[in-house]
Order: sequence, then structure tokens, then C-alpha cells
Amino acid sequence: MPFTTPDFLPATPEIVLALMACVVLLVDLYFGRRHPGSVFLLAQASLVASAVLCIALFPQEPVTTFSGTFKSDAMSAVLKVFVILVSYFVLFYSKVYLDARELHKGEYYVLSLFAVLGMMILVSAGSLLTLYLGLELMSLSLYALVALNRESHAASEAAMKYFVLGALASGSLLYGMSLLYGATGTLDLERIREFSTDGAGLDIILVLGLVFIVVGVAFKLGAAPFHMWVPDVYQGAPTSVTLFVGTAPKIAAFGMLMRLLVDGMSGLRGDWIDMLTIVAVLSMGVGNIIAIAQSNLKRMLGYSTVAHVGFLLLGIISGTRTGYAASMFYIIVYSLMGLGAFGMIIVLGGKGFESDRLDDFRGLNERSPWLAFLVLVVMLSMAGMPPFVGFWAKWSVLREVVAADHVWLAVLAVVFTVIGLFYYLRVVWLVYFEKAADAAPPVCRTDVKIMISTNALAILALGVYPGALLALCVSALGAG
Amino acid sequence: MPDLPFLSLVVWLPIAGACGVLIAGERGGAARSIALVVALVTLLVSIPLYAGFETGTHEMQFVEYAGWIDAYAIHYYLGVDGISMPLILLTTFTTVLVVLAGWEGIGYRHAQYMAALLFQEGFMNGAFASLDAILFYVFWEAQLIPMFIIIGVWGGPRRIYATVKFFLYTFLGSVVMLVALLYLYKAAGSFAILDLHRVPLELTPQIFVFIAFLLAFAVKVPMWPVHTWLPDAHVEAPTGGSVILAAIMLKLGGYGFLRFSLPIAPDASSELDWLIIALSLVAVVYIGFVAIVQPDMKKLIAYSSVAHMGFATLGFFLVFRLLEAGDIQGALLGVQGGMVQMISHGFISGALFLCVGVMYDRLHSRQISDYGGVVNTMPVFAAFMMLFALANSGLPGTSGFVGEFLVILSSFKASFWIAFLAATTLVLGAAYSLWMYKRVIYGPVANDGVASLTDINRREFVILGALAVAVLLFGIWPAPLLEVMEATLLNLLDHVGQTKLGPAS
Repeated sequence: MPFTTPDFLPATPEIVLALMACVVLLVDLYFGRRHPGSVFLLAQASLVASAVLCIALFPQEPVTTFSGTFKSDAMSAVLKVFVILVSYFVLFYSKVYLDARELHKGEYYVLSLFAVLGMMILVSAGSLLTLYLGLELMSLSLYALVALNRESHAASEAAMKYFVLGALASGSLLYGMSLLYGATGTLDLERIREFSTDGAGLDIILVLGLVFIVVGVAFKLGAAPFHMWVPDVYQGAPTSVTLFVGTAPKIAAFGMLMRLLVDGMSGLRGDWIDMLTIVAVLSMGVGNIIAIAQSNLKRMLGYSTVAHVGFLLLGIISGTRTGYAASMFYIIVYSLMGLGAFGMIIVLGGKGFESDRLDDFRGLNERSPWLAFLVLVVMLSMAGMPPFVGFWAKWSVLREVVAADHVWLAVLAVVFTVIGLFYYLRVVWLVYFEKAADAAPPVCRTDVKIMISTNALAILALGVYPGALLALCVSALGAG
Repeated sequence: MPDLPFLSLVVWLPIAGACGVLIAGERGGAARSIALVVALVTLLVSIPLYAGFETGTHEMQFVEYAGWIDAYAIHYYLGVDGISMPLILLTTFTTVLVVLAGWEGIGYRHAQYMAALLFQEGFMNGAFASLDAILFYVFWEAQLIPMFIIIGVWGGPRRIYATVKFFLYTFLGSVVMLVALLYLYKAAGSFAILDLHRVPLELTPQIFVFIAFLLAFAVKVPMWPVHTWLPDAHVEAPTGGSVILAAIMLKLGGYGFLRFSLPIAPDASSELDWLIIALSLVAVVYIGFVAIVQPDMKKLIAYSSVAHMGFATLGFFLVFRLLEAGDIQGALLGVQGGMVQMISHGFISGALFLCVGVMYDRLHSRQISDYGGVVNTMPVFAAFMMLFALANSGLPGTSGFVGEFLVILSSFKASFWIAFLAATTLVLGAAYSLWMYKRVIYGPVANDGVASLTDINRREFVILGALAVAVLLFGIWPAPLLEVMEATLLNLLDHVGQTKLGPAS
């Protein structure tokens, strides 16, 4: 086979980010001690550069390169931009968190950049190989990030748990992929799709492979009954890492789901819709009900993530392009809200203490009315109250569920939403109705305050005018 | 008259004003002055809605239509007819009084309190004025937030229990309605409420849609047996919160029946009208008895609200029996009665809660047993409260009489027994209102607290005086109110009289 030079252009954002990650590593080695801020700034700059390239190279038509293993289309471009945007915020909050605790290490940023690179590759995967490569790059970086604070027992335990269970899930995913390969003889998702749609008699092996793949994906998303790692990792990890784990990788996992199930196995749609329905209903139930019993905010948000993932899957279950768009909108909105919620924990925390117990939010309105208002915005948005954007996320998914004639599923979903409302309300009531232990306003830097305000006001602004983002999601999936 | 977007103004002025109040902050008395100015300006802006209203047509007026979320065909679509216009005026009028009532006695965080009231006003006006179902839903849900805060921050000792219960109850009802709206969208291809009115539906889906709406609106009205959040919320809420709840938020439930349930699912409404009539009569009779034995004044008025709102729903759902008999005049009396009852209850219950608030500000108790002989120290106040207690029991010459009388008249035409049960309210209403009045106001001065009471000041006089004028005006001369509603309600009756079932397939 003659070697042809692949078209590097569609992968430029990834290539730039990979190079920059190496540069950051070197800079940290030589200048890290003398100019501790330089690594952070460079990492931020790399993200910006990559995002600019993503937008500049926005593909009008889907493009594949590297012999079909790398696919760039509107969906992947939009997802990448949001992954980078969210990671940009994450790094910012991280710096605040790390500064306050003197955990400042250059590796933190290098690992973060590699994780982002993994996510970008993941959503652009054109074959099972690329997909797995992206997934592991992301996961391994995250395992290391969770364990970054090695003095903390909770963090080490969380990292161990995350790693062992994550490896199990990767194993399951790999096994499923090998079955697919055995059945179809190819790793290329395009050709697997052709194979699965014309149904050449190997259905049982394909479906078996599908089961393992769904397990793997559900694990990465944190959907019940594969959610066991979520609460422990969320609680145990340093808050800035929780913030990262809970937001950007979810967007990537959505991309993975789309690549594997919708792009790769559209022929087995009936099968995976059934599986995802069970997973979705379980997730909404488990997540919302167990979250009520939590007293640690990070843990509560962990269970709330499980519930949100269940809701997100509903859009995919509807099995239509607009349904996928609704799910995409949901996950983007969710990561925005997750940023706000975990960001608030970081903002209120400080040197030597975490502000992650629910009690730490008691009487915040007396200490800082503005921050209290931002908590209200984030929490009620998560609960799905208008006029915040969380409502539109739930609304667009429900709309698709009803349009697909699953009215019972929609009713079930809204009932779980009501259950979920309770624990979000509890945060609001602690903030507004209870007395604070000390009335001193929380110490926080102006730039952080601006960041968290931007974040929460974006939730409000998108709630008043969600049209543009909705339209973007629809158009990103409409073409493909 | 200049061609201004009056509806947008009554929605967004208070919301912008609320932001202004928050920015002004707690320092000095600026917050409440700004709030009062905003509330007054909003009231002024809402007056052209009445003055420029064409009474001869049922068409929507003051319509504003613009794109909002184009990807999903959701529009910024506002307009009012004879049903919603009086309710908007009621809202703007009540808010001014509530802001005045919160001038003193709120204690702490004035700015946030005033801002919450103004947000509430804007959202409620938005809900009444929306002609797009999703826009309506956004306003409908959004107003839970300020009320949640009002009860939770400035409420009584069990405020957290009460406010969470209030929030969860109403939220549960409304999310099911959201599913119904999405289902209707699938059938109609539009979220415009007027399009939803026209969409044909088979009986089974109609019944499901009707039940979904019923859940949302019955909780809000509230109807027996989902009324239990209301006494809790009222008892714990600060005076202003109680007034807003009773005078306006409950009306949203009744409004929902007229705007959604009846026109969208007329056949299901006709099929299930016995259910609503039965629930309404339970509210009137059983809750009437419950009200009599309450030891807490606010709880008593709360239960009396449930009973009075039962009259409104009774009036709305009597129409099917009368339309079947071809008695369109009788049916019109029923819905008109229900509407008048809603407006008048807004004045009367608001006034009674304000009266309790006046006493509570002085003695910090709502228990009937802590009072007695108040007339000796507060004669002017006693006179006002006398008027409102009598209006609450339906005395002719007050607005409370008009609504009840029309509904009873209409129910006589439908069935003697319905009328008989409905008319017990005249006895029960008098019993609970006047017995409470007697125990609180008359008799010898009960204790030192009562002896030390001072009569109402000028601010309180203005508030109660305005309400007294409204109660008497609509009692003696309800014609303007009936006039603006008539064309709309006749059209509504005409609409619900026609089946929406398609030709048998």
C-alpha cells in the first residue's frame, strides 16, 4: 500500500495542543520555580489557541483524515469548543484553589492539557482505535489529577477507586470492541455502521458487543447502575479536580456516546434504546433519591450528576437528530451549571478549609447577598426552574421524549425532577433562611468574583434567551 | 393615547424596578421609596389597559408578537382579553398596597423584600398576559421563586416547612402541565394558546390533558384535597406574602381553568364536570366548617379562601349542565359569577390579611384568644374590619355578594341540590367571619396588650381605605367589571359548547 501523507489540517487544534502541553512541561521544568504564574498563563494560552483554531477550521462538510480514523464534523467542532471553554474556566478556578492550598504544581496544568487533548480526540474518533486512544488519554490524566494531593487520604482512596473501576470499565469497553471487530472485521466506525444496518446475520455477537460497550460508556458518564465511583471521587478529589471531572469529560463522554452508538451502530438502534432507557430511568431514580440524604455538597452534586446523566440519555432515547441535539444542549448547559456549583465551593473555601459541607452555606445571604444570589441561580437552574437555562435543557429533552411518543417516560422524568428539586431547594434555604455562624463576609479575590458572576449570569442570560445555543446544537447535528 | 407596549411595560417595569431596588441596597430608606414609585408607575401604566379596552369584542387586545426562540417556534406573544385584563389590574393595584403595607414591620432586609414583591408582580403580570404556552409556563414557574424567598426569609417560626411545601406542591402540579403542553404542541404544531384552543383532540387524550391541567390548577386554586399547603403558607408568610398569595396567586389557578382547561379540553371538561363540581362543593361546605374552628386568624382566612375559590371553580364548571339545557344566559351567569368572585376575593382576602397584619404588627400574635375588645382601643380599624368581615360573609352591597349571588343563581338553574349546598356558604361564611370578628373586636378589653393598642395610622388608613372603596364600588356597581368580561366569556361559552372530537373514524 503506497503511503499518502494524511491531511493534517483538520487535526491542527489537537496537534497544537499536544505540542503546547510538551512546551508547558518544559517551561515548568526550567522556569516553574522562578515564575510560578507562567505555567498557568501558558496553559490558558494553549487552550485559547486551540479553541481559535477549532472555530477557524469549522468544517462545513464532515471531513475524515488519517485513513478514516479521525473525523471532523460540526458536532465534534462544537463539542471541542465547549470542552475547551469549560476547561478554561476550570483552570482558572483551579489556580485559585491551588494557590490557597500551596498545591501549586506545574504537572497539574500539563495533565489537564493532556486530558483536554484526550477529550478532543475522543469526540473526533472515526474508528474504535482512536476512540480508545482518546478515552485512555483523558482517563489516565484524570486518575493522576485526582491523586495529585498525595497527603490526603480521601484523595488517594478516591483515585484508587476511580482507577480500579475505570480500568474495569475500559476493559469492558475493549471487550465489546473486540467482539465488534470479530463480528465485522473492521475498526472503522463508518464501516461498522454499514455492517450493522444491513444485518448480515451476526446480530447476536454484535448485540453482545453492544452490551459491553454500553456498560463502558455508562461508566464514563456515571450513569446508574455504574455510578458507584461518582460520589466517592467527587467527594474525595480536590475540589478543583472534581470540578474538572464533573464537567468537561461529560461533554466528551456525550461525544463518545454519539460516535459509538449513533454513528457506529445505528442499525442496532432498537437494542441500545432499550438498554439506555433502563439506564436512564435508574439514573434519575438513584441520583435524585440518594442525593436527598447527603450532607456534603460535593457528594450531593455527585448524585445530582447521576440524575442529570439520566435526563440527558432521554434525549438520545428519542432516537432522532433533534433528540440528540437536545441532549447535546443539555450536556453543555449541565457543564456550565456544574462549573458554577463547584466553582462556588472553591470561591467560598480558602486557606486551610474546604467549603464543601452543606452547613458551610448556612446564612450566606447575610455574609454576601451577591454570592447568595449566584448560588440561588445555579441551584435553581440545576433543578430546572425557569427563567434559568436549566429549564430549557430539561424542556428540550422532554419535548423530544414526548415527540417520540414516550409520554410515560416524560411523566416519570418530571416526577423525578420534583424529587430532585428538594435537595437543590435545601441549599437555597440554607443560604437564605438560616443564620450564619459568623457574619464576616467571605474573603474572595475580585477576579474570582468576576469569574463566578460571569458564570452564573451566563446561566441567567441563556435562560432568558436560549435560542442561539439551541439553534447551534440543532445545526451541529442536523447536517451529520 | 400614545401607542406604547403597555403589556410589556407592566411586565418588565416591576422586574427592572426590582433590580434597581437591589442595587440601591439596604442603606437608608431608598429601597422602599423606589419600590413604591415603581409600583405606582406600574399601576398607572396598567390603567390604559382598562381605559383603552374594547368591550365589544372577544379578540385579544394590546397584542405584542415577536420571535423569541425561533428554533422551537416559541414566541414572545402577549395580549389580554376580558378575562386577563381585570386580573392584571388587580395585580398592579394590590402590589401598591403590599409595598405600602411592608413599609414598617418587615424588620430586616427591606431591599430584598421589596425586590421580591416587584419580581413577583412582574412574573404574575407576565403569566396573565402571555398568549404563548411556554412563555406562560416560564412566568408561571418563575413566580414561585420570589414567593419561596418571601415566606422563607420573613416568615414565622415554621416558615421553612411551609415554604418548601408550597414550592414542592405547586411545582409538582406544574411539571405535569408542562408535559401536557408538549403533548399539545405535538398535536397542534404551535405553542400559541389560541392555536391550542382550536386543535382537535380525541376524548382519551383530552381527558389526560385535562387531568394534567387539573393537577396544576387545582393545587394553585387550591381545591380540596390538595389545599393543605395553603393554610401552612399563609400562617407562616409575612403579611405582604399572604396578601399576594391570596389576592393574586390563587387567581392564577382559576385563570388557568378558563384559559387552558375549558377551551383546550371542552369534551373532557364536560365529561368530568361532576368531579370539579363535587370538589368545589366539598371546598365550600366542608372547608367552611373547618374554617369555623380555627384558633388562628390567618388560618381561618386561609380556609375561607379555599371555600371562596371553590365558588369560582363551581361557577366555571356549571356551564356544561346549562349549555346542555340550552340555557346560555344561565351559563354566562356562572362564569361571570366565578370571575367576579375571583376579583372580589382578591380585595376581601387581601384586606382581611392586611387587617390581621395591622394587629400582628402591634401585638405579634395571630391567635384569636389573645385578642378581645379591640374596638375600645382601635375604633377606626374595627369599622374597616367590620366591613371586610361582612363582605367576606357575602353581605349585599359588597363585592362579596355579587359573585356568590351570580353563582348561586346559575346553580339553581342547573340543579336544586347544587344550589342548596352552595348556598350554605351564606350561613357558614357569616359564621366564621363574624364569630371571629366578635371574639377579636367586641367584648371587654381582654388583656394589657389590647389595652395598649393604638389605632391605625395614616398609611394603614390609606391601604384599608382603598380596599374598602374597591369592595363597596364593585358591590354597588359591578357593571363595569361585567361589561369588560361579557364578550370574552360569551365567546368562551360558544367555544366550549362545540365538541373538539373529530368525526368518528
